[in-house]
Amino acid sequence: MSVLNAKIPSGPLEQKWSYYRAHQNLVSPANKKKLDVIVVGTGLGGASAAASLGELGFRVKAFCYQDSPRRAHSIAAQGGINAAKNYQNDGDSVYRLFYDTIKGGDYRSREANVYRLAELSGPIIDQCVAQGVPFAREYGGLLENRSFGGALVSRTFYARGQTGQQLLLGAYSAMMRQVHLGTVELYTRHEMLELVVVDGRARGIIARNLVTGAIERFSAHAVVLATGGYGNVFYLSTNAMGSNATAIWRAYKKGALFANPCFTQIHPTCIPVHGEYQSKLTLMSESLRNDGRIWVPRKKEDVEKIRKKLIRARDIPEEDRDYYLERRYPAYGNLVPRDVASRAAKERCDAGFGVNETGLAVFLDLSDSIKRLGKKVIDERYGNLFQIYEKIMDENPWENPMMIYPAVHYTMGGLWVDYELQSTIPGLFVLGEANFSDHGANRLGASALMQGLADGYFILPYTIQNYLADQIKVPRISVQSDEFALAEKQTRERIERLFSVGGKTPSERLHRELGKVMWEYVGMSRTKEGLEKAIQMIRDLRENFWKDVKVTGSNDELNPELEKALRIADFLELGELMARDALHRNESCGGHFREEYQTEEGEAKRNDQDYMYVAAWKFLGDDREPELVKEDLEYEFIEVKARSYK
Amino acid sequence: MDFTLKIWRQKDAASRGRFVTYHLEGISPDCSFLEMLDILNDQLVQKGEDPVAFDHDCREGICGACSLYINGRPHGPDDAITTCQLHMRRFRDGDTIVVEPWRAKAFPVIKDLIVDRSAFDKIIQAGGYISVNTGGVPDANTIPIQKEHADIAMDAAACIGCGACVAACKNASAMLFVSAKVSHLSMLPQGKIEAARRVKAMLEEMDRLGFGNCSNTGACEAECPKQISLSHIARLNREYFKAILG
Ligand SMILES: Cc1cc2nc3c(=O)[nH]c(=O)nc-3n(C[C@H](O)[C@H](O)[C@H](O)COP(=O)(O)OP(=O)(O)OC[C@H]3O[C@@H](n4cnc5c(N)ncnc54)[C@H](O)[C@@H]3O)c2cc1C
Ligand code: SF4
Ligand code: FES
Repeated sequence: MSVLNAKIPSGPLEQKWSYYRAHQNLVSPANKKKLDVIVVGTGLGGASAAASLGELGFRVKAFCYQDSPRRAHSIAAQGGINAAKNYQNDGDSVYRLFYDTIKGGDYRSREANVYRLAELSGPIIDQCVAQGVPFAREYGGLLENRSFGGALVSRTFYARGQTGQQLLLGAYSAMMRQVHLGTVELYTRHEMLELVVVDGRARGIIARNLVTGAIERFSAHAVVLATGGYGNVFYLSTNAMGSNATAIWRAYKKGALFANPCFTQIHPTCIPVHGEYQSKLTLMSESLRNDGRIWVPRKKEDVEKIRKKLIRARDIPEEDRDYYLERRYPAYGNLVPRDVASRAAKERCDAGFGVNETGLAVFLDLSDSIKRLGKKVIDERYGNLFQIYEKIMDENPWENPMMIYPAVHYTMGGLWVDYELQSTIPGLFVLGEANFSDHGANRLGASALMQGLADGYFILPYTIQNYLADQIKVPRISVQSDEFALAEKQTRERIERLFSVGGKTPSERLHRELGKVMWEYVGMSRTKEGLEKAIQMIRDLRENFWKDVKVTGSNDELNPELEKALRIADFLELGELMARDALHRNESCGGHFREEYQTEEGEAKRNDQDYMYVAAWKFLGDDREPELVKEDLEYEFIEVKARSYK
Repeated sequence: MDFTLKIWRQKDAASRGRFVTYHLEGISPDCSFLEMLDILNDQLVQKGEDPVAFDHDCREGICGACSLYINGRPHGPDDAITTCQLHMRRFRDGDTIVVEPWRAKAFPVIKDLIVDRSAFDKIIQAGGYISVNTGGVPDANTIPIQKEHADIAMDAAACIGCGACVAACKNASAMLFVSAKVSHLSMLPQGKIEAARRVKAMLEEMDRLGFGNCSNTGACEAECPKQISLSHIARLNREYFKAILG
């Protein structure tokens, strides 16, 4: 018996969601306008939720830290969004998408949630098309698809290399329509710094107005967090510079459980690191693996010559290339899931076959496809990616294969939520990358966009009503209560404490140090010793931060240094929890690879006997270790197997 | 590489701004322009001085947050990229680089290089969408769309809302931005239904917010990082005439 109740509806898998909807409580149209909902985050999860709630008649307040909701980091998603439409007639189905996702997640996600996600994937595409999202089309006028990793079918819908941008602009415009109609109030350049809990329920937030520095109180009957992933704990990642964990971390410290914090996705195809001053890493979409082949030279002599730039990739004859993914995984080849592809790249580079000066790069080669399909077709599919690559690397990817290396990209972990997407704090709902649901220990490509939109368009607008239905008699929440006053006071104190350190080191430098520790010990491969060391190092870094950080300026102004310092202070705590979670999980599964637990062929070795559960952590105080609470995973409908892509 | 930077510093909207000169040494040519500013800020913070505030987020040319008027050009000397995609190898060792915020009546400066572009959101609020609610829509493939039309819609939809077109325009007009949205939606059958209302509402809002008129100089197209073409303005004009005549 799990201690945590996921509230999964009974009945056969295919009927759970319709059963839920048929039996849940709803709020009448007249009552909806009396209910306030705060939505923090305007990415795919937040914008789609805010728009849909507004359409239903709820009073919504939407927050983002950027100057416009359209800049949420969902905008950067390149490759595509999955949906089990079976438009290609290649044998896809809801069940197959469900199965691929569970298997892709290495059997560490909930069946009922994932099935619902697969079921809702089709309606998402319908919704987006109705909004005017310009997906790629065939000459016949119908929608086109491409393939992504971990699947044998083509089910990925895309808009050139800018799928996230187009989906987000769709959700953004739907939300802007509601702003125009007066149901959604927009708070841009506002950063949530605290959650307010009144009588055990989430009732509001404290946010800092990033322009004036004012610390403001906002109340509502329910709070929705859709604040994205926390990959920036590694400093270098494909996330935006401002992506942060603060909202979910503050909620954790107010009692929401944090699930599977160590499940991090390292994406195999990113532009390699090239300098100490580097501020972020750039993804080269997984979709390139549709038409690209990944390889390193077979011979060490060639590696040396490539590194010294004596020869170029194209000078190496076919027989001297090691297409290691095709060699190791003949069934899926270059389209193995990300965790597998990343580890395989690391394995080759660790063995000395890396192809740039740092030894940390492999080739992603599209030359066969360019020859076969012509430059125009490839340009249509990936043109903007080639441009991004050329600008950063100062190399022409049309002539030379791209050089790529794995980088931190996505966090499967996040706040624990039940089937209704409600956290362990009543009235606090969590959507998108910020929650832990659906992807288990590894997310398949093109599934985050699907999940964000499923959560925001189709799940939350229903499930939140089940909660709000008994709130209709609760008058608008006042911000004058002691709880609000206390939360505001705590926020102010945190800010003052940062200024009062008066140290010498800019926070960004300390963040970079944290990132190095995380990448080294809590990154692509982990060991008991390494993780124990990391916990100590992170504690030391944190102590040092509070002695040595320098924050310039004051609170009462636009102050990016303060914004950064607040976020980094939270990352310094979260990093430790991630290491702790990784240390406790004595198995390898998905993106979590513990060197002690691998097969003879170097594949991840799960331990279903002891670890087939969601690890949810409960905050007990700054000077106490968090408590581990388990949600056992039960597989009623599919047979749990060793994951193989051979 | 060594650089002299002349950067616009302005404490807040109410204060008067001025250029301040900084010298930077030993910058790698592979450093991006914003990373070069990071290095400057790192030095300023260590000295206890106020770092230079600028907008940025994705740093890969898609969110539209970064801006900057560099040596007299929005997004700097290269065509078809954003400031965050600009690298220092594009400059010569020893160069003096002048950095200013976008300048337009509808984009007031908030601090240093940061301006308020919320007027763009307001234009979209006025009508930059197709009025459908969540749910109850037809199956996606019941609306076939000619590939050429979908491609033009996508070309227009690629606008990142950065505001370079406004900064480049001597009238500070937002016409290219507005036309990108109007064109995107009017190319699609789903968007045609509200086309007349949309174009009128968006143009009215643009005027109300203090953007100037379009006099077809084409500076916007030349500076647009996403190469949004003037043909979209032509399409907007056609849509507008249809709307007021129809
Ligand atoms: C480069 C890149 C490419 C990707 N490509 C794909 C792809 O092809 N397919 C796919 O399925 N997935 C892809 N992903 C993953 C996917 O894009 C993300 O997981 C998803 O978009 C996250 O959406 P979200 O709504 O959860 O959060 P986000 O879009 O990150 O939005 C977070 C929002 O929260 C706000 N916010 C954050 N913190 C605070 C705070 N403290 N206070 C106030 N507001 C706050 C932000 O302002 C923002 O509005 C990609 C990810 C990256 C980084
Ligand atoms: S039209 Fe071009 S310059 Fe203007 S906002 Fe859009 S992307 Fe920027
Ligand atoms: S920072 Fe996003 S476009 Fe430049």
